[in-house]
Amino acid sequence: MNGSALKIVIVPCSGMGKPYGTVSRVAAYRVTENGRPEHTQLVPLALLVMGDEEYGRIVAACPAITIDGCPQACATKMVRQSGGQVVRERSVMECFRHHRELKPQGIAELNDDGEALAEALAREIAADVDALTTSGEGVEHA
Amino acid sequence: MPDLPRTKVGVIACSGEELPEGTVTRLATLQVLHLLRPEDTVTICMPLFLAGGEGERNFAKCYPTIAVDGCEKRCAFRGTEKYSSRPAASIVVTDLIKERGLNQPHGCRMLDAAGMQAVELTAGLIAGMVDDLLGKGGR
Repeated sequence: MNGSALKIVIVPCSGMGKPYGTVSRVAAYRVTENGRPEHTQLVPLALLVMGDEEYGRIVAACPAITIDGCPQACATKMVRQSGGQVVRERSVMECFRHHRELKPQGIAELNDDGEALAEALAREIAADVDALTTSGEGVEHA
Repeated sequence: MPDLPRTKVGVIACSGEELPEGTVTRLATLQVLHLLRPEDTVTICMPLFLAGGEGERNFAKCYPTIAVDGCEKRCAFRGTEKYSSRPAASIVVTDLIKERGLNQPHGCRMLDAAGMQAVELTAGLIAGMVDDLLGKGGR
């Protein structure tokens, strides 16, 4: 996290049991690699929970957007438990409710509908990032 | 670990998002679960396990598990040991790549050819470990 860019942490659950976990992962990559790379940073959930110092510092200093694939909301729960400030909770299921025509399938590799759902979710998150960086809500210069 | 019949092995991938090797763990685990040893394995959802999922944690207490980690930080192994029981076997993909002289994988979201080679190798090793743990080593 170099320079003066505003950074928002993106934390997907990356669950393994259903395609929705993969949608969370792909949406996170789309935002952090393509959509808003200058304003976001991907944080791996497992490393954060297992006490990684570097990611712990980042999460403590920056607002987080979590992306959960199921109602257990593991990403949101664990970012909070790790001392992070969750400013937006995004849910794949909620996005799916708005895009019922998209039926995600595949865990190792999403089908076209799954990729489209990930893209729709990534657009919602990019809008969150824009709103947060514009308003400055919870966002500090890194 | 309670003395239950060893009918299933749990496979826990770190799924680390920040490294290509994390994606290797995820794809290799899914390959074992869906293609190589579907009858013998279950996946344990790492985030749910870490977040306190009782089903996941109890399974790992009662049945053998294999931790599949992307790097030396070994989150899957350490998390399983901390919250349940010590894994019966483990793989670290970065070590495996060095030991076997494979090319460095690239692409967290979409693995390159070297990454897919690592997936194949890792999946084969996991399948062998499953066979050993279930006493099916001769197949």
